[in-house]
Amino acid sequence: MFYRENGQFKSNYASDQQMLPILQDRVFMGLLLVFAFGAVPLFVSDYVFLSLLIPFLILTLAAIGLNILVGYCGQISIGHAAFMSVGAYAAYNLALRLPQLNFLVVLVLAGLIAAAVGILFGIPSLRIKGLYLAVATLAAQFFTDWLFARVKWFTNYSSSGSVSTAPIELFGWKVDSPAEKYLFLLGVLVVFTVVAKNLVRGHIGRAWMSMRDMDVAAEVIGIRPVYAKLTAFAVSSFYVGVAGALWGFVYLGAWEPLAFNLSLSLNLLFMIIIGGMGSLLGSYFGAAFIVALPILLDQVPNWLGVEMSTALASHLASMIFGSLIVFFLIVEPHGLARLWAIGKEKLRLWPFPH
Amino acid sequence: MKAKIAMLAVSAAIAAIGSTTVLAQAKEQFFPVLSYRTGAYAPNGIPFANGYVDYLKLVNARDGGIDGVKITFEECETGYATDKGVECYERLKGKGPTGATLFQPLSTGITFAVTDKSFADKIPIITAGYGRADSVDGTVFGWNFPLGGTYWDAADMLVQHVGKKEGGLDKLKGKKIALVYHDSPYGKEPIALLQERAKMHGYELLLLPVTHPGVEQKATWLQIRQQRPDYVFLWGWGVMNSTSLKEAVATGYPREKMYGVWWSGAEPDVAPVGEAAKGYNALVFLAPAGQGQVHKDMIKYVYDKGQGTGKKEEIGEVLYNRGLVSAMMGVEGVRRAHIKYGKKPLTGEQVRWGLENLAIDKAAIKKLGFDGFMLPVSTSCVNHSGESTASIHTWDGKKWVVGPDHYASDQQILKPMIRASAEKYATEKKITRRDCAKEAG
Repeated sequence: MFYRENGQFKSNYASDQQMLPILQDRVFMGLLLVFAFGAVPLFVSDYVFLSLLIPFLILTLAAIGLNILVGYCGQISIGHAAFMSVGAYAAYNLALRLPQLNFLVVLVLAGLIAAAVGILFGIPSLRIKGLYLAVATLAAQFFTDWLFARVKWFTNYSSSGSVSTAPIELFGWKVDSPAEKYLFLLGVLVVFTVVAKNLVRGHIGRAWMSMRDMDVAAEVIGIRPVYAKLTAFAVSSFYVGVAGALWGFVYLGAWEPLAFNLSLSLNLLFMIIIGGMGSLLGSYFGAAFIVALPILLDQVPNWLGVEMSTALASHLASMIFGSLIVFFLIVEPHGLARLWAIGKEKLRLWPFPH
Repeated sequence: MKAKIAMLAVSAAIAAIGSTTVLAQAKEQFFPVLSYRTGAYAPNGIPFANGYVDYLKLVNARDGGIDGVKITFEECETGYATDKGVECYERLKGKGPTGATLFQPLSTGITFAVTDKSFADKIPIITAGYGRADSVDGTVFGWNFPLGGTYWDAADMLVQHVGKKEGGLDKLKGKKIALVYHDSPYGKEPIALLQERAKMHGYELLLLPVTHPGVEQKATWLQIRQQRPDYVFLWGWGVMNSTSLKEAVATGYPREKMYGVWWSGAEPDVAPVGEAAKGYNALVFLAPAGQGQVHKDMIKYVYDKGQGTGKKEEIGEVLYNRGLVSAMMGVEGVRRAHIKYGKKPLTGEQVRWGLENLAIDKAAIKKLGFDGFMLPVSTSCVNHSGESTASIHTWDGKKWVVGPDHYASDQQILKPMIRASAEKYATEKKITRRDCAKEAG
């Protein structure tokens, strides 16, 4: 950005291996966290929490999960909402049947169950690639749709097939108000982002990336495809499963299998494509873009005081949304994260570019 | 991480804009309108929304508001999607001087999602003829009002009707009834009751789900051709209804043996099939098609002044009328609450009292101009739905003809089911029941 890392020498291994090696980045991140945790709850309205920030945080988590698989390991999946639904229904059943469990434990267990299912559906990736794998993952989507709609046990024999959850309680803290939900989700997201960051820059992440770049070469230098691909599926499904549980418990509160349908899977995929494949920052950008843009477009005519029927406004919003996606993909196929990186490069030379 | 900055800037901008449009503390009652004029269900969503909005306009134009309190409203497009509906709910719940009066989402899925929020927000949700069947129990579902009947009522009435046709409910033994339903909470609601009745009368129930949005039903109707059920109950919405009728024509299943719920018996459902749908029956509750005093007022005060929402010719269609009645019941709830709290803008909690003490009798219906369009409704803290009565109307190829019989659901069967289901919900959500006797005192 508009600072340089000149003069920051790394004199030992610890400082060389830091997550954020540049001082300014550390300061910036610290300030950002203080702002997000401390300042945001003070001035943001409930509507913004519930309609923008909460879905943004949860979908970011899901996008990170999908990015691990698609962006880092190169295995395409267009059925990731399936693992969200596995996470959500697993959490619902755990919370219902074992009410003494702490919600955090429920969350982790739901993630683990989703990971197991993810591994199962990841097995075909050992043999097939690309478009064929995409179709195989699509099977996961339709399978879970069918499973949760037809097997009554998962929905506790609810007559309508819709389940609803009890409010979350953590060590006596009732996560009830929008601000509390936001803080809870932010906490979860920060922890998961740090873990993901360390995974992708560690040996596992390097194995994934080598798989993505050229699997034969990776195998030759001693990376086992079974291990690399299945861990990517497992970690990715774990993240997405946790996100699904949060989507159900914190955002929706009551849901039916339709809440995790194919369009959610595609939205997740759009997020990482628009945000940037193989970039954690891109997951944040993509989720923000997909969550905020339709809502903003929907309300723009209202703010401008233009009298417009809601039908027209919503048709216009989908049209603009669609063309923006196409525009972005043509102008910057590497996503918003790349755009951000270019901006940083430019600012470095500003105001005297060569 | 850095994306948050942009995100927050956006949210700050929204907050800023939101605050500038805050309405002055006026004598206004805000009605949020969740509607769907786009998507697969738009053909049914549009007439309903037109009726709903038109009635609010009429009350303002004819009476100058509810007892002098002007109605304001804002529409929000849900597209029948649950997540969009929740966003609309959050967007509109705080508007107006006293917040949203009440919500009528016209979607069972959205109803399920906002029911959870109603406890904290204290805003009533009217689901006239849809929503959760167990929400009749006002002691658990403190904010839901399934006025006029639930799907359990509807299913019960249909079984009674076919039983009558067979010459007694005991004659249903050994018969086959197929339920062709929209595979969503809406379509699944009646199953519990139909199974209960199947146990009592010994008919066989075939469950045939149709996936959203219901344009692909070949497999479903193949099963009907193989199994040859004696009756088909249709629980569809939007384009699914007309598709089902087309498939029935294609497979040669007699339309006379098909019975739709009250959401499967409007003009957009049969019109695409036209003459071929002749003989198809559906439940009709509260508002059949046609025009009465209220429609004359509507034309005089709203449409002749160029304020109408829809087309003049569409006034009086089944779903338009249902929109009218739904809006009317909300407005009457507010009017009832004015008696207790005074003629001023009311909060959702105050409006709930009005809805819990609704007493729309025959005289009131006549006065409102709804004579012949609805039956009396009265509610209490314990019973949030009131009696549910309906008749069967039949499509004669051109219009709907209402049959002579009125049906009422059998409370002997429903009550224990509602109680058990509400109890389950209360334990799942850790809700303590309201004590109605105490609140009254």
